[in-house]
Amino acid sequence: MGKIELTRVRKAFGEVDVIPGIDLTIEDGEFVVFVGPSGCGKSTLLRLIAGLEDTTSGTITIDGRDATHLPPAKRGLAMVFQSYALYPHMTVRKNIAFPLKMAGMDRAEQDRRVERAARVLNLTDSLDRRPGQLSGGQRQRVAIGRAIVREPAAFLFDEPLSNLDAALRVGMRQEISELHQSLKTTMIYVTHDQVEAMTMADKIVVLNAGRIEQVGAPLELYNNPRNLFVAGFIGSPKMNFIEGPEAARHDAHTIGIRPEHIAVGDGPWEGVVGLSEHLGSDSFLKVAVEGIGTLTVRAVGEIGVHHGDRIRLAPSGKIHRFDANGLAL
Amino acid sequence: MARAHSTRRKVVTTIAAWGVALTIFFPVLWMILTSFKTEASAVAMPPQFLSADWTLENYATVWARSDYPRFFWNSVVIAVGSTLLGLAVAIPAAWAMAFVPGRRTRDLLMWMLSTKMMPAVAVMIPLYLLFLRFGLLDTRIGLVLVLMLMNLPIIVWMLYTYFKEIPGEILEAARMDGASLWNEIVYVLTPMALPGIASTMLLNIILAWNEAFWTIVLTTTKAAPLSAFIASFSAPQGLFYAKLSAASAMAILPILIMGWFSQKQLVRGLTFGAVK
Repeated sequence: MGKIELTRVRKAFGEVDVIPGIDLTIEDGEFVVFVGPSGCGKSTLLRLIAGLEDTTSGTITIDGRDATHLPPAKRGLAMVFQSYALYPHMTVRKNIAFPLKMAGMDRAEQDRRVERAARVLNLTDSLDRRPGQLSGGQRQRVAIGRAIVREPAAFLFDEPLSNLDAALRVGMRQEISELHQSLKTTMIYVTHDQVEAMTMADKIVVLNAGRIEQVGAPLELYNNPRNLFVAGFIGSPKMNFIEGPEAARHDAHTIGIRPEHIAVGDGPWEGVVGLSEHLGSDSFLKVAVEGIGTLTVRAVGEIGVHHGDRIRLAPSGKIHRFDANGLAL
Repeated sequence: MARAHSTRRKVVTTIAAWGVALTIFFPVLWMILTSFKTEASAVAMPPQFLSADWTLENYATVWARSDYPRFFWNSVVIAVGSTLLGLAVAIPAAWAMAFVPGRRTRDLLMWMLSTKMMPAVAVMIPLYLLFLRFGLLDTRIGLVLVLMLMNLPIIVWMLYTYFKEIPGEILEAARMDGASLWNEIVYVLTPMALPGIASTMLLNIILAWNEAFWTIVLTTTKAAPLSAFIASFSAPQGLFYAKLSAASAMAILPILIMGWFSQKQLVRGLTFGAVK
């Protein structure tokens, strides 16, 4: 079990309200990702759930039990840190067994659980090494191993992949997703990388300045962003926003159109190609359109368009409409 | 070309290092040599180095005239006692300052250090009167307390510096793993800071062993350590350099041996955090 409920959870550091008040329910077994720009309060929120920070007001319940004032160890949660936070003076085996030792578990059961976790995480050959002798990916696996042996109610991940190189990051992302599939335990994952959020989450919580902007499934946020912030944050490259007469034509203050929803060819908009990036699978263009501004365009495959070319564009997908307050219409 | 340059540089550095080391060591060397001379050769002008009459008589006289083992034992009790007591106070203090700092932690540390800038003689009278009042004069426990307090700012500062090097996330991880504060300090913080704690301990023992102001002022016979033992050989009737040197050599020998065997640990601890 691992249902977590936050009710009017507020956190202030001195005079500064980092989290002004959040209500959120995380269902048992869900993979929830907190995403948002740096300083939006996502890590603070995770630390409040972990018990590493005290709430200023509000309540946190875990499986129906009020955990607001419980110390971290009593909440039944396990956490994987950005820096791995392994104990450098202990072997991998001792690192993984540490929470079991603290729980007073007998040695035979400790060994059994450590061996099992090591098998799942492909660490059996490294059990007698120290963290300093491991690669970044292996260290991250040890950190995960230390979390899974406790069989916690929920896993908390604080930007766990940000210290890994790009290739390793993709691999570890899959491993964590597979782990979630097999364990079916609640996972809360903090990241600033919206690709991680989109690919891993059952539910994404978009945060901005300590407030929840929107909660929903990845494609729900992609297709129906509630406001300009979510529209701009979810999706890569970022959604194009157009104001002025073109927006007025759609009866909106601002309209948004994703780069992949603009077709190159015939269309109402004409402009000059500025930057053009050709990745083989995709081509990204920055096109200066008269009366609208610069639009980012994503075309599939190779297209024969280069810097300085004059091209025409047409919207080929959903046009998102927003009012003067930035809310979706 | 570059190679010749680097060799020349190495030679110059080595000569300079030996020069500095010998200059620092020379007084100690001279003291040891003097301790093996007769009183006449010890004061001879020009100083005799090779032509002196070598003798072991000074050591025999010093040993016979005083109760060396008692002084030695007092030194051990005072140096080790003040160090252990200091560590017991300083480890929790440095932990709190490093991991749960308040707004005034920095000021507090500076203030602690500033007490070391005050000359000891400034508090001699009040401290002497306090010792007199509480019956602590010429007691080992009194000296343990005074030396612990004198060296506490240095111990706290050193430990604080070592603890600051330990990432806070590791201690948070221990907390998440179910470690109590006690377990966190015993299983995680202390083993990680062990080189630092060991070198703090060694340095403090050396400082306490060599302390000469309070040990001479606050003791007479019962609790007098080796610093007082040396002082007892600078007689008002005239200086007996050879015997004084023999007494000094006997006083510093134990700490010199300890320092020799632990120099690796000392250097490792003192450069902890500086080289990553």
